Order: sequence, then C-alpha cells, then structure tokens
Amino acid sequence: MSISQLRPDLAAIAAHVVPGSRVLDIGCGDGALMAVLEAQSQVDARGLELEPAQVERCVARGLSVVQGDADSDLANYPDKAFDYAILSQTLQTASRPDLMLDELLRVGKKAFVSFPNFAHWRTRAALMFGGRMPMTRALPVSWYETQNIHHVTVDDFRELARQKGARIERSWFFANEKEIGAPAANWRAEFAVFELSR
Amino acid sequence: MAASPASKALALDHDLPLDSGQSLSGVEIAYESYGELAEDKSNVVLICHALTGDQYVASAHPITGKPGWWERMVGPRKPIDTDRFHVICANVIGSCMGSTGPASEASDGAPYAMRFPVITIRDMVRGLVALLDGLGIERVHTVVGGSMGGMQALSLAANWPERAERVLVIASTARHSAQNIAFHEVGRQAIMADPAWKDGDYYASGPSPDNGLAVARMAAHITYLSEEGLTEKFGRRLQNRDTKSFGFDADFQVESYLRYQGSGFTQRFDANSYLYITRAMDYFDLAEEHGGKLADVFAGATSRFCLVSFDTDWLYPTAESRHIVHALNAAGAKVSFVELSAPNGHDSFLLEHEQLDRVVKGFLE
Repeated sequence: MSISQLRPDLAAIAAHVVPGSRVLDIGCGDGALMAVLEAQSQVDARGLELEPAQVERCVARGLSVVQGDADSDLANYPDKAFDYAILSQTLQTASRPDLMLDELLRVGKKAFVSFPNFAHWRTRAALMFGGRMPMTRALPVSWYETQNIHHVTVDDFRELARQKGARIERSWFFANEKEIGAPAANWRAEFAVFELSR
Repeated sequence: MAASPASKALALDHDLPLDSGQSLSGVEIAYESYGELAEDKSNVVLICHALTGDQYVASAHPITGKPGWWERMVGPRKPIDTDRFHVICANVIGSCMGSTGPASEASDGAPYAMRFPVITIRDMVRGLVALLDGLGIERVHTVVGGSMGGMQALSLAANWPERAERVLVIASTARHSAQNIAFHEVGRQAIMADPAWKDGDYYASGPSPDNGLAVARMAAHITYLSEEGLTEKFGRRLQNRDTKSFGFDADFQVESYLRYQGSGFTQRFDANSYLYITRAMDYFDLAEEHGGKLADVFAGATSRFCLVSFDTDWLYPTAESRHIVHALNAAGAKVSFVELSAPNGHDSFLLEHEQLDRVVKGFLE
C-alpha cells in the first residue's frame, strides 16, 4: 500500500511525518497508516487499538500494536516517548477529548489530530431542514449507534487547542475526498487535520 | 513413572550455575526437534513448555501415546510451520522426561530426590541457553511459550536479550501472585502429606506418592479452567447414575473428571519434579531479579515482543499481561498485545482458537 491509497486525512499525515521519527498511532485500526510510514519513511511506528480483530490484523502484518483503550491506556506511556502522537478520527469518540489532547501532547512532541467536522454545511443543512440528527457521508451512523459521542467542529477544535496552550503548526481540510483551502473551512470542510505542538 | 524416554539429549560439558548459588554437574538436557535447520541457522523457533509439559510438542508422548501437547499449533503448514522453521523444544531441568531432575542420579549413584537443588525459572533458561550453545545456535528466530513457558521466554529476553529476535508470550505473567503461590502450596502439601512420599525418598522402593500427586493435579487443574467452562461441560450432572449415592463416590461428573485427570497424571509425572517446578514458578518475579522495576528489565531490548492473554484466564489474568506490556512500552520496546476471547480459561492456549493461530502465524512472518 502506498500513500496515495490511504484515506485523505491519513495521506496528509503520512506526507508530513518526518522520516525516521518515532510515532504512536492511537486508534490505528488495521494499521494502514503505520504500514505506509514504516515502509516509506523508515518510521518506528507503534499502535494502540481497541478492537482485538484489528490488532490481530496488525500483528499479522508485522506491526507492533497493543490492544487497549486510549481513554485509560495512554497514561502508561512515558512523557515525550514519541516524536508524533497521531489520533485519526478518534477524538470525537473519546470520553474526554480535552484530556485526550493533553495526553497526546504529553506522550508526543507533536500531535496530528483528524476528525469529521460537525459544522460542515451538509451536517448543518441536515439538522436545519431535516430536524433530525444528521446522517451524512462523513457521519453515516444513527445517533443511538454512533461511537461519536463528542461531535466537534473546526472552530471548536481551534478553541480547544487555544485553551490547552497548544500551537497549531499546520492544518489541512478535505471535502469530497479532496484537499480544500483553509478559508471558511468550518463551513466547507468534511474532515480536518491539525498538526499541534506545545 | 516409567524409565526415561528416548529423546535426543545433550550432556553439558560444564556445571550449570544456579540462582541459589549452588551448581549442578553432569546436566543432561533432553529435547526434540522438528523441521530442517537452515544452513545459516536463522530459522530456529524455541518452544518452552509449561509446568507439566515436556519436549514432545509435536510428536507422540512415549508413555501415554497421546499426540504432542501443541500439535494443533506446530507442524507442516501449521501456524508454527515446520516446513519453514526448525522447532526445538527441550525438557526443563527439574522435570522428569529425560532432563536432569530430582529423579536423576546424583554423583553417588543414588537419585537426587530432595538433595536436588531448588531451581528457578532463570535456571531452567540457563539450561536452554546451554542447549542452544551446544547446538551452535546463537540467536533464535522466535522464542515462544505459554504459561510457565511464557515465563521462560520472558526470562530469556530479560537475561539473554541477544539470543531471541522475537518473543511470544501466551497466557503468562512476570511474577507469581499470592493466589498463584497459594494454589501451588496446596499441591505441594498434598504430595508431602502422602505417606508414600517419604521425604522424597521413594524411588528405590515402595510406591510413589501417587495419591498426593493426583490431588495436587486436581487442585491445579481447576485453576486451568473457567467456571463457565466447567459449568458448560459438567454442570451438576451425575456420573453414570440417576440419583446421589449418599456416599463419597464420584457422584458428580466433575468429580469423576478430576479424579481421572489426577490419576492419569501420576503415570507420566514425578512428584518431586512437581515440587521443584512449582517452587521455581512461585519464586518467579522478573522485576525483583532486576532491582524491582519491570521496565528496567527490558531497557535497551531490541527484540520484538508479542503478548496474548485470554479473557477467562483467572490464573494469569489479562492484567498481568498488560503489566508486562506497560513495562515494555516504558522501555520503548516493540510490543504487540491482544486479549482474545475464549471460554476455557487458562487452558485456552492449548485448545482450538483460530484467532490465536492467526496471531502466532502473523507474528512469526
């Protein structure tokens, strides 16, 4: 698998991780990003994943992945053990996204965070005109089944980063699987990726 | 106890130093191997056996005639593929299947019995390392073990980190808990309370302490199973009868099963070996050996680790594996961990489990 085959938010992250660095991928799923990072950027990648079946897939492809819950298990990693802590489309599932952000910036010198933007115009339109919790391409699961318990917008995230004293190094926004510019991202972006430091 | 079975054996040309400060001379290590050894010796998988296991991991047991204890895992095209790997499994010292143990002859020609020195898990691994040395194998592709075998794999990684490229630890622990020690003590006391034990001096004449050993096995066997598994398998069903006997026969199926397990065990295992090996497990505390902090044990480790636990294992529960994983993380080691779901408690590592097969196969890739 190569960068171009990754989900757009993961491709943006993969393209900007410095080769040879140490990375913790939190909620690494089947390890697609880790595999690309190890193969193409000589990155020393570690993963944390809740689902045993996903961990099994990762182990089978030779990746170092620990089964565990990011809400509780990040505490076991030493300070600044990684150059990057990566949290892709997992922030909105955390029991306390604010504390999760603290942990990311504790274990990693830098962090990449990606999430679906709840203020995308489709989501707003679905709520405004439908009057029901939005089900969109980016958020396809009904409100009672979704793991996304803390919906977040681009502007909310910027505000959280500010409150936490985290510096936004760079950001990328995506709509229709393509990168779009930053202007009016809170309205136009389906997904966002932020690179943070503290 | 039958006579020593005919395995390959390596006689060490040096004394084996022990953690107790004593040393053991004239040591023999009995082992089995499967699959071709690559010319550069790069394809060795060392399998470490559990408390009552032996070297017959993938071939018939010479006394019982039963298939190897991990035949479902080890063999041609199995997860540990003997078409590809050269698999070595040795009987640990202290045991009774050909490696030097309490039933072996001491220098005076009589069995050691209780004169055999108390050994540790690290001493067992010293024996394994000596075997590798004797076979000219500097570094194994993978060391793998379940239960006490996992302790040996951890001990090898901690004390001889350059000897294993990958370390696979299944249903194991970095230390014996009070509960673990307690169950073992019940077993030891059962053996020592058997009049036939005679302070361990039963080899020359008279019966072996089979009753005590059988009780020890029965108590231990309970810890290998889950309550759910026992309930499913036996419930309160009666054994070959319609009503309770109002006596002390094995009325219940579970009683009959345990008695069968106990008496079967005495045919293939030596009571003194059971004392020595359980003691070694009770003494096991990897952190204590290294100044008290488990993360320090693995400082600078370059091996890749994989740990697997089972959700119904209450002997070495998932928390024990996680404890090791956290230490490896803190040391910056490459580690994978997964808790698998299985109904059969600690014994799950020996039973059919497709996910375990895929993890083992994948980790060895």
